[in-house]
Amino acid sequence: MIKSVSPHLLPIRLAGIALAVSSLLCMGIANAQTAKPAATADKTVPAVAAVNLNQTVKIAWLDPLSGLMAAVGTNQLHGFQFLAEKFNLKNKAGVKFDVIGIDNKLSPQETIVALKSAIDQGARYVVQGNGSGPALAIIDALSKHNERNPTKQVVFLNYAAVDPDLTNSKCDFWHFRLDADTSMKMEALTTYMKDQPTIKKVYLINQNYSHGQQVAKFAKANLATKRPDIQIVGEDLHPLAQVRDFAPYIAKIKQSGADTVITGNWGSDLSLLIKAANEAGLSNVKFYTYYGSVTGTPTTLGAGSAGRVYMVGYGHMNMGGEIEALSKEYDKRFNDDFYTFAIFHAYTMLIEGMAKAKSTDALQVAKAMEGLRFNSFNGEVQMRKTDHQLQQGLFVTRWEKAGGKFPLDEENTGYTFVPVKYYEPYVASTPTSCQMKRPF
Amino acid sequence: MNMEFFTISLLNGLSYGLLLFMLSAGLTLIFSMMGVLNFAHTSFYMVGAYFAYSISQVVGFWWALLIAPMLVFAMGAAFERFCLRRVHKFGHVPELLITFGLSYLLLELVQLVWGRSAVQYPLPSGLQGAFFTIYGTDFPKSRAFIMLLAMLMLLSIWLLITRTRIGLVIQAALTHPETVQSLGHNVPRVFMLVFGGGAALAGLAGVIGGNTFITEPSMAGSIGAIIFVVVVVGGMGSLSGAFLASLLIGLLQTFAIALDHSAMSVLAQMGVAVGPATFGYPLLKLTIAQVAPILPYLLLVMMLIFRPKGLLGTREG
Repeated sequence: MIKSVSPHLLPIRLAGIALAVSSLLCMGIANAQTAKPAATADKTVPAVAAVNLNQTVKIAWLDPLSGLMAAVGTNQLHGFQFLAEKFNLKNKAGVKFDVIGIDNKLSPQETIVALKSAIDQGARYVVQGNGSGPALAIIDALSKHNERNPTKQVVFLNYAAVDPDLTNSKCDFWHFRLDADTSMKMEALTTYMKDQPTIKKVYLINQNYSHGQQVAKFAKANLATKRPDIQIVGEDLHPLAQVRDFAPYIAKIKQSGADTVITGNWGSDLSLLIKAANEAGLSNVKFYTYYGSVTGTPTTLGAGSAGRVYMVGYGHMNMGGEIEALSKEYDKRFNDDFYTFAIFHAYTMLIEGMAKAKSTDALQVAKAMEGLRFNSFNGEVQMRKTDHQLQQGLFVTRWEKAGGKFPLDEENTGYTFVPVKYYEPYVASTPTSCQMKRPF
Repeated sequence: MNMEFFTISLLNGLSYGLLLFMLSAGLTLIFSMMGVLNFAHTSFYMVGAYFAYSISQVVGFWWALLIAPMLVFAMGAAFERFCLRRVHKFGHVPELLITFGLSYLLLELVQLVWGRSAVQYPLPSGLQGAFFTIYGTDFPKSRAFIMLLAMLMLLSIWLLITRTRIGLVIQAALTHPETVQSLGHNVPRVFMLVFGGGAALAGLAGVIGGNTFITEPSMAGSIGAIIFVVVVVGGMGSLSGAFLASLLIGLLQTFAIALDHSAMSVLAQMGVAVGPATFGYPLLKLTIAQVAPILPYLLLVMMLIFRPKGLLGTREG
């Protein structure tokens, strides 16, 4: 099982740890299989045969390590390095991953510089996720680079940038998205809201840039078709990371008589919003969010928001199985939560793709990943061939006291996002307008 | 806008304005006394919040409220004594740059010691919950406490500077340092105390700002710009000007958020049809509410153009 680890190079102690971890992982997989709902258990993914390519694959991680999002970036880089270590112990492609982290300062301009440096260092796989602006910059740069340098082609795995345009009007062969996009998440969220008779008046508050505007747009469009009786009683767009005091917005929300708030806010903009709501005693209003788990927010949610804050996502803290065991170990090692589960998708898909292509060549692997179906922590997922958007199940979760079936809490608050509904991939799937040009 | 909304917004605006005052008071004090524009001022705010977080875990919030500003005072005084004083003779630009450098150092230090994510620094039980409920909206005790503390602060600084002997020495040291020195007062020590005092005021704001909002490494950077606006609009070095400007900005931001009017809606009322095809549509459809958080910066620009000395400032520029 741990044949790929050369024991004569590693101290025996490390090999022992490796053995322990891999057996833990196996137990995890067994757990996951027993925990899986009957409906998905009988679906089988055509297994890709294992190969031993015996190569090292360099992955360049281009995301912020400084500035406002440094905490989030650091957490995700740790995630990529940590999982590389785990997948290097055992994978069916027989490859070793080597992660290079480069700070892109959250700027599209810096991202291009970082990308050049990554390619020069021999990386043929780049990963990025914070912000659709940098993601688009990578897509643009790579489509030119790959055309001009057929021997040095590079694949881009996007693990968190959720602008629907990236897999629609701006779709590209070299780009693969592992997160669910804004439209898919809103599809799942409004499918849940449709069945909540208490929702009558909705208030939209979002950050005034592409992401926030799209959340507002899809919320209005989806609610209009699914629950035309729901009234949109107010809509606010505020500047990104500028507002320190959300009390005036809360006064406005209260004034509107809303019973529900939909927000795509992240970071301090979400923390401060909910904190102000709690302080003003806005206890009868529910919040439907996208980014409740991001660094810092769980701490602010605390006990005061229990039962009132919902979040939509492709995973949660207490998934069981392998991912939960990994989460626990990550938490112990970095004293931080593991919440970017798409990192797990990234490695699983790469390994499956490389095993299928029997190569680590970017083009061959990209071809193999198109339409690939594989088992991940949230059931069977598929990388849709037409637009390279991962089709996956989505969870609607609610902020509640941790314990019982959901023991892992977030940021040591004693509270966690508990799943209240799971949607199969087809429910959250949204159509695409992508007309992809393929380089072969 | 009805009475209920007006009252709540007024309270929100006043309490936010008073927090801004707590933050800018120290900056104004240091500037008016020493002529140093301290870029690291909000870093002292952040450090105050983190100190209070750590101290309150050991001896509780109320002791932290006392001890944290004292520690920040010591830090500020030490910085003045060992760093700022050395570069003083080279003029204003090195002074400004050294405080700029300090702000980066403090940020890195805080991230090394307390980590990059937010820490759980909750309000003490005595400040949790509603102070009173008005029209069904709670007014949190923490905000009332900020208001009280800011008013006490204003009063005590004013008394200290205008009614005490040490205030007299401080004022005199500003304009006639040589004379004060020859009268036997230790002027450098006065400056050290003033700088430490200014830092301590920021630290005090951090102790209560940290748990009213969030305690995280970016808290200094995000509030930095706005307090410079307060100081410039109020008038460089004028404490009462800073007080006025803080309240003005607090109220301006709060009430602007309620106004969903845009140039487009005004034009529409005048019978001019504006659609997506109209020239400048993205700008025309911006509502006042959308630009509310950046209105203070507009005010800053206007102020610098039309009244550079600020509302109550005495010196030019």
